[in-house]
Amino acid sequence: MAYRFPSEEWTKALKDVINQSQAYREAAKTWEGDFFFIIEPDDTTALTEPVVLYMDLWHGECRDAYVVTDPDAHKKPEFTISAPYAVWKAVVTGQLDPIKGMMTRQLKLQGNLMKIMRSVKAANELVRCCTMVPTEFPDAQ
Amino acid sequence: MWFFNSPEIVYGAGALSYLEELEGRRAFIVTDPTIARLGFPEKVQLRLEKAGIESTVFAEVEPEPSLETVRRGAQAMAAFAPDWIIGLGGGSSMDAAKAMWILYERPDIAPDAISPLERLGLRKKARLICIPTTAGTGSEVTWAIVLTDRAEGRKLGLGTREVVPDLAIVDPEFTMHLPREITAATGMDVLTHAVEGFSSTWANDFTDGLCLQATRMVFEYLPRATARGAEDPEAREKMANAAAIAGLGFGNSMAALAHAMGHSAGALFHIHHGRVVGLFLPYTIEYTANGDVGRYRDLARVLDLPAADERTAAMSLARAVRDLARRLGEPLSLQEAGVSRQAFEDNLDRLCDFAEADPTIVTARRVPTRDELARLFQYAYRGLPVDF
Repeated sequence: MAYRFPSEEWTKALKDVINQSQAYREAAKTWEGDFFFIIEPDDTTALTEPVVLYMDLWHGECRDAYVVTDPDAHKKPEFTISAPYAVWKAVVTGQLDPIKGMMTRQLKLQGNLMKIMRSVKAANELVRCCTMVPTEFPDAQ
Repeated sequence: MWFFNSPEIVYGAGALSYLEELEGRRAFIVTDPTIARLGFPEKVQLRLEKAGIESTVFAEVEPEPSLETVRRGAQAMAAFAPDWIIGLGGGSSMDAAKAMWILYERPDIAPDAISPLERLGLRKKARLICIPTTAGTGSEVTWAIVLTDRAEGRKLGLGTREVVPDLAIVDPEFTMHLPREITAATGMDVLTHAVEGFSSTWANDFTDGLCLQATRMVFEYLPRATARGAEDPEAREKMANAAAIAGLGFGNSMAALAHAMGHSAGALFHIHHGRVVGLFLPYTIEYTANGDVGRYRDLARVLDLPAADERTAAMSLARAVRDLARRLGEPLSLQEAGVSRQAFEDNLDRLCDFAEADPTIVTARRVPTRDELARLFQYAYRGLPVDF
């Protein structure tokens, strides 16, 4: 079964993949930090407003992951990464290295890049987990 | 989407005289005490004087420059108010000049916050010239800055594309009389930049040719430059050029696993950067090839090595790198580099921690697990070919 990106189901499926990944558990064993991933509408998709995914990553585990319905009412996470849908699709499918994406400002990061750069292996494994989620993209329909 | 960044490069014998054409008022020269003792800053100042540019020298950069030195240099820079900054020396002086320049332009930011995500808005007060006095780091053409955080005892890899120098002056006069050992170690740095720039996951059409050419030049000219020094000015000049060419190559793609391991071991055991990354290079080539994900065939071909298939090419390249290092008198293992067994075993966990936290590890085509990384260090300690 494929999960539509971005959606609550896809986010939960990613959480399951992360928590089953020995490679992620090992690479991220010292990581502490939560994220907003903001997927912005662009002309490639039917998204009409930004979709905000929240992920709480802690010592190699995804403790929580869900779609945020009211970002203003949510606690502010340590990191926010935002980009148009097409850029996220490239990341989720493994076509865009997220570090390269941030360096070219295709992915906009709020938060301490140096902390992420010290855990680049964990970031890589996180993306690998994304590519393992069976995904249906709205613009492919 | 990606970028190719390069300074204007003036190279060859007499390149330094280009400074006489410079327009400006005041130049701040950043260098180290050894370079100052050799009288190199005076050569630069003489040319600046002909251009009507007043200059001063900050000769306090230590090997593996610290954040503290950078802050001190930036204060001196602010007091002098230059419109040109000149990094004169090896990678340490050039990297320190870049970082001081950023703090001079942007005193509001902390040096460890220099990142490619920030738009710094440099060049409002000054522009940057880099003049290498070794043929190794390629820092004269790159946007990388490597500093040391003494408090944490580790290296900080910083950088922003804005810090690519405006002008690089690659004059072989400065490298002509380098000691044999430095020539060999810095030359291995050039080779590692070229090979990893070609074989990293960020390799691209704009950098491939540069990396191949630099690899070819190192194998042809480094043994000559090391053995004959100033008696072979052609080899000296070619190696100075090769360093900048390899710098353009890896600086616009990325280094990989040999750098991750080398940064880690270099910081913990205080081994020369070029020596230690060159030491790890053949091990990482073998490890990558064993995962059937290498990209070494064209590198082997350009050296006329056996390259019937990717694996054959990788193994022949690893062998050629070891042969070259042996000819140059460079160590082939950490043990040969003088690391005691006790020190190695005591630091193995930290070696892995530092290597795993190094940004260059993720641009390796085969990224080792923690266990594999520890085994790689163990093989490199004992000098064993990698069989996993």
